[in-house]
Amino acid sequence: MAELTKPRVKVNNSAKKDEVLEVKTLISHPMENGQRRDNAGKPIPQDLINLVVATFAGKEVFRAKLAAGTSSNPYVAFFFKATGSGDLVTTWTDDAGKSISDKQTITVS
Amino acid sequence: MQQKMHIEVTSRRDVLLGMSAATALALLAGQAYAQDAKGPASAEEAIKLILKDTKPTDAKIKLELPEIAENGNTVPFGVSVDSAMTDADHIKAIHVISTGNPRPEIGSYYFNPLSGKASMASRMRLAKTQDIVAIAEASNGQAYMTKRTVKVTIGGCGG
Repeated sequence: MAELTKPRVKVNNSAKKDEVLEVKTLISHPMENGQRRDNAGKPIPQDLINLVVATFAGKEVFRAKLAAGTSSNPYVAFFFKATGSGDLVTTWTDDAGKSISDKQTITVS
Repeated sequence: MQQKMHIEVTSRRDVLLGMSAATALALLAGQAYAQDAKGPASAEEAIKLILKDTKPTDAKIKLELPEIAENGNTVPFGVSVDSAMTDADHIKAIHVISTGNPRPEIGSYYFNPLSGKASMASRMRLAKTQDIVAIAEASNGQAYMTKRTVKVTIGGCGG
């Protein structure tokens, strides 16, 4: 199973109230789809990041279930409504149940 | 699609019986092996699982994809649906399905009124030239479906 390393998240950290902000995320991961074989002909077991969940101020704003057809180093972009100041927390989870999170603080003026 | 499935299943059995080391057979067996592992085996099955008895229309939904993808390993795409995203009327989910990959599912993306917009972007793997299907489910039970063809020069999926 591939290690989960620090994801990258790009979002404006300041917003007007109820502004809809775009979030661009990227994480390093092979997204092994279970189709490939190694040089000895043995199947390489599936190892995917299968879930990306984003919450803002503790409430879910977006969820992605990723499958074998998503590219390695998965890029996922989405939107959320900045209803007030708060933290945008994005969490990636792999097939082994391991997860890693990123936190961005958004200030609404 | 049906015919392709049949060939793969037969090949796997041949390999199991003969344990032939032929590379071509080994590759086909690998595909059949993975189809058993998880999820729907065909695009038709995947679409039926999402739509159930709902009849989709092609209104409101937009699927952005390049017409030609030079590298099937990473093809950028985006899906957006025109919706007010209110409590009473919003898009709940968008599903993206490949009709030509060994495994049809690319991803499912879930929204609620706090999403602000029913719009997402990501990158997909494409094994060969094929149609991509996007389906959106609305909170009022309606469904929207659209389809686009992508020409793939070099296939992805490690094939």
